[in-house]
Amino acid sequence: MPTPLVVSDVAKSFTMHLRDGVTLPVVAGVSFSIRAGECAVLGGPSGAGKSSILKMLYGNYAVDEGQIIVQHEGGLIDLGSASPRTVLAVRRSTIGYVSQFLRTVPRVSALDVVAGPLVERGENREGAREKARSLLAQLNLPEKLWALPPATFSGGEQQRVNIARGFITEHPILQLDEPTASLDAKNRDVVVDLIAAKKAAGVALLGIFHDQDVREAVADRVIDVTAFAAGRIAA
Amino acid sequence: MTDEPLLRVSALSKFYGSRVGCENVSFDLWPGEVLAVVGESGSGKTTLLNCLSTRLLPSSGTASYRMRDGQWRELYRMSEAERRFLMRTDWGFVHQNPADGLRMTVSAGANVGERLMAVGDRHYGRIRATAVDWLSRVEIDEDRIDDEPRAFSGGMRQRLQIARNLVTGPRLVFMDEPTGGLDVSVQARLLDLLRGLVTDLGLAAIVVTHDLAVARLLSQRMMVMKDGRVVESGLTDRVLDDPRAPYTQLLVSSILQV
Repeated sequence: MPTPLVVSDVAKSFTMHLRDGVTLPVVAGVSFSIRAGECAVLGGPSGAGKSSILKMLYGNYAVDEGQIIVQHEGGLIDLGSASPRTVLAVRRSTIGYVSQFLRTVPRVSALDVVAGPLVERGENREGAREKARSLLAQLNLPEKLWALPPATFSGGEQQRVNIARGFITEHPILQLDEPTASLDAKNRDVVVDLIAAKKAAGVALLGIFHDQDVREAVADRVIDVTAFAAGRIAA
Repeated sequence: MTDEPLLRVSALSKFYGSRVGCENVSFDLWPGEVLAVVGESGSGKTTLLNCLSTRLLPSSGTASYRMRDGQWRELYRMSEAERRFLMRTDWGFVHQNPADGLRMTVSAGANVGERLMAVGDRHYGRIRATAVDWLSRVEIDEDRIDDEPRAFSGGMRQRLQIARNLVTGPRLVFMDEPTGGLDVSVQARLLDLLRGLVTDLGLAAIVVTHDLAVARLLSQRMMVMKDGRVVESGLTDRVLDDPRAPYTQLLVSSILQV
């Protein structure tokens, strides 16, 4: 079975044109791969570039150098140089992402926020909602909230909507940016179970978890991001 | 999803004498894609939109459109009558000021029905039923169907303009600052509505806006223009979260946080 995600020699810096063009190196020489059925965790202190790496791997940040090779619909694609249209296709069917914060859309119900990625992939709306209901129930989101737009939800409630939205699809690669940051212990355990189920289904997972208990429960391997901080020495 | 674009634009330029309107703009647009064109006033974004929608002829460059029968047609080589027909049937144009896109002195129902008649529908009952359906889709009560848009609020007028444009099932819609000049609460409602319609109908759209929040909510792809040229383009979230060009960084850093 081919490796779903291979990162090789990726470098990223920010050029701040409003600050006289000063360049902030973020990471360099980032190289690792994730196997199917494995959960790797990016480790290192705040500011080491964990989030930047995750964002590049989702096409949200541009890549200065190197390649991000994704197994996408039977072929290999370099996400770093792919066209916007290809990146969108990869997001639709290959790479899922659970962000730290939910970007809410006014007037769309929590249930439809969660069902959205399935509907985008062409599943019928009712079937998608049924799966959304079961995930929201599993994550203990009170049923009376399901029909409401999540904009006014608490941080933990929004986070659970976000998690449900990320886990509802069967993307072969799933990225998690601190999915448990604002959850209580009971719901953290639910997320740990959800991650275990994804692993069992052969999904390749890559995440950032500051919560040590969760990290120990899910991580097969920790990738130390400080090893990629080459630019920092010069700066 | 088809693998062929709907619109191909290559090296499009428009000069007003020696002044640059827009210069050397190229892109492809696929069905179902929403492209936002952002930049401050005078950046050439409206000139570009007017050239693309053939309301204005460019000085040089080409734009080809894939017709419903699959044939590619060069827009600036079509006859005036052909272009008008395209505009009435396969395209929509949503103006910033609804008064520019509506007929203010005929009823709301007639504003919607007129476009249907333009594509050959002559059955009064069917036209009225479709008009009622579209008014409800843009959240205008059925009992306002016989009122003139003059009696409508700004937000309602804009929703009516959208209904008028979408009733013929266009494949490509041009929008010029569709939420400009509206109160923020009205804007949010309109954006939701647009977002829903664009997704449900699988429309391709080119949206000109100076409002980056509007661009983020509506579009998947973005072009940033300055002084008539495209200074940066890419996925909307990439351009906004990791802006590369100096001008884009300035735009993004100028957003007020609330």
